[in-house]
Amino acid sequence: MRCLPLTLFFFSHPAFAAGAGAGASAWWVWPLALFVVCFFLGIVAVPAGVGGGVLFVPIVGSFFPFHLDFVRGAGLLVALASSLAAGPSLLKAGLANLRLAMPLAFGASVSAIGGAMLGLALPANVVQVALGLTILGIVVLMAVARKSEYPHVPASDSLSGMLGIHGIFRDAISGEDVNWQVHRTPLGMALFLVIGFLGGLFGVGAGWANVPVLNLLMGVPLKVAAGTSSLILTTASSSATWYYLDNGAILPIIAVPSVVGMMIGARIGAHLLSVLNASVIRRMVIAMLFVSGVGALLKGLGIWA
Amino acid sequence: MGLKDAGQYDEEQLRYAAWLHWSTLLGFLTLIGTFVAYVFGILPARIPLERLPQVWNLPADEYLKVTGMPKGWAWIGMLGSGDLASFLGIAILSGCSIFCILAVMSVYARRRDWIYLVLCVLEIVILVSAASGLLSGRH
Repeated sequence: MRCLPLTLFFFSHPAFAAGAGAGASAWWVWPLALFVVCFFLGIVAVPAGVGGGVLFVPIVGSFFPFHLDFVRGAGLLVALASSLAAGPSLLKAGLANLRLAMPLAFGASVSAIGGAMLGLALPANVVQVALGLTILGIVVLMAVARKSEYPHVPASDSLSGMLGIHGIFRDAISGEDVNWQVHRTPLGMALFLVIGFLGGLFGVGAGWANVPVLNLLMGVPLKVAAGTSSLILTTASSSATWYYLDNGAILPIIAVPSVVGMMIGARIGAHLLSVLNASVIRRMVIAMLFVSGVGALLKGLGIWA
Repeated sequence: MGLKDAGQYDEEQLRYAAWLHWSTLLGFLTLIGTFVAYVFGILPARIPLERLPQVWNLPADEYLKVTGMPKGWAWIGMLGSGDLASFLGIAILSGCSIFCILAVMSVYARRRDWIYLVLCVLEIVILVSAASGLLSGRH
C-alpha cells in the first residue's frame, strides 16, 4: 500500500499519460506487466533453486509480444545482474571459489559467444523450437536430478591438483569447517563448454546445469557449487551480453524493468525462504517451465501464435 | 589440505569481491538513473516511447534498419539520448568481470602463479574482443 502514492505519481506523469489514451496498446503496459511478472518470478526462483534467466526467457518469449532476440538479450542481462548482485557476499563467505570458477568460466565465456552468434544468426522459429526442447530437457533434469550436500571425493585429479582447486568453507548450520576437493575436472571443463554455449544461444543463464555438474560430477559441496555457479555466470553471461549489446539485441525498455523486477522479487524470495515450502515451490516452477517449454515449442512450430 | 592451504587464496577472493561489489553498484545506479531519465523524458529518446510497440517485435537486425539506431559502440557518442544512455549501465554491468580480473592479476603475478595469470589474460582478451565488436566483424 505504501507504493500506491508513488505508483499514482509515476503513471500520472506526462510521459505515461501521453500513451494512456491508446488503451491496451499504450507503450508502458507491457514493460509494466514485465516488471510485475519478473517480480513474481524472482520470488519463486530463489526457493526453487533456479536462476531467473531460465524462467524468464521461455515465459516472456512465449507470452509477451517482444521478439525473441530482445527477450534473450534481456534474459542474459537478468542472469548477469542476479549473479553480480550475489557475487561479493558469496566470495566473502567462501561459498563461491574463484580458483574453481576461473578455468570453468573461461571455457563457458568462449562458448557463450559462439552460442550468442548462432542464436542471432538463426531464424527465430528455429531458436524457439530448440529453446522449447531444451526447457523440456531442463524440466526432466530438475525432476530427476538428486543433490549431494557433501559428495565423497576420494582423491583429487591431477588437473585440479595442478590448478590448486580445493577449499574450506564454514557451514553456517553445523558450524563446522568443511574441506573439499574436486575430481573429473577435464570432463567438467568440457561440459562447461556445452553449458556456456546453451546459455549464450538461449539467454537463459545456466545455474540449472552448472550446479549438477559441479556438485554431482566434480564433487563440490552443494552450497559451494551453487555459489561458484553464480560466480561463473558473472563472466559467462557477460561475454554473451556484450555480443547481444553490440548487435542491437538489447532494448532497455525490456531489459531494465525485467532486471529490477527480478532483483526485488529475489530479495523477497530470499526472505521468504523460511516460510515457503521449497519443495512445493520447486514443483510449481517445474510445472511453469513445462508449460512455457511446450508454449515455446508450439510457437516455434507455428502451431500457436 | 588444511585451513592454512585454503587461506592462501583469501587475498584474491576478497579483492575480487570488493571490485565486484563497487563495479556492480556503479552499474546498477547508472542503469536505474539513466532509465528513469529515459522514461520520464528528462533525456529525449531517439525512438519515441509510443513507437516502441511497433518495433519491439522485429528481429534485432531489422529493428536497427527500421529505426536507424546505432550498432556497436556508436551509442557512446549519443549519451544525450535517453534510450542510448541506458546502455551505459548495461555496459558497466557487462564490464564488471573485466575490472575484477584486472584487479587480481597483480596478486597472481606477485605469487608467480603463471597458470592463473595466463587464464586472466586469456579471459580479458575474450571479454574485450566480445565488447569491442571484433567478433561481430566490425573494427
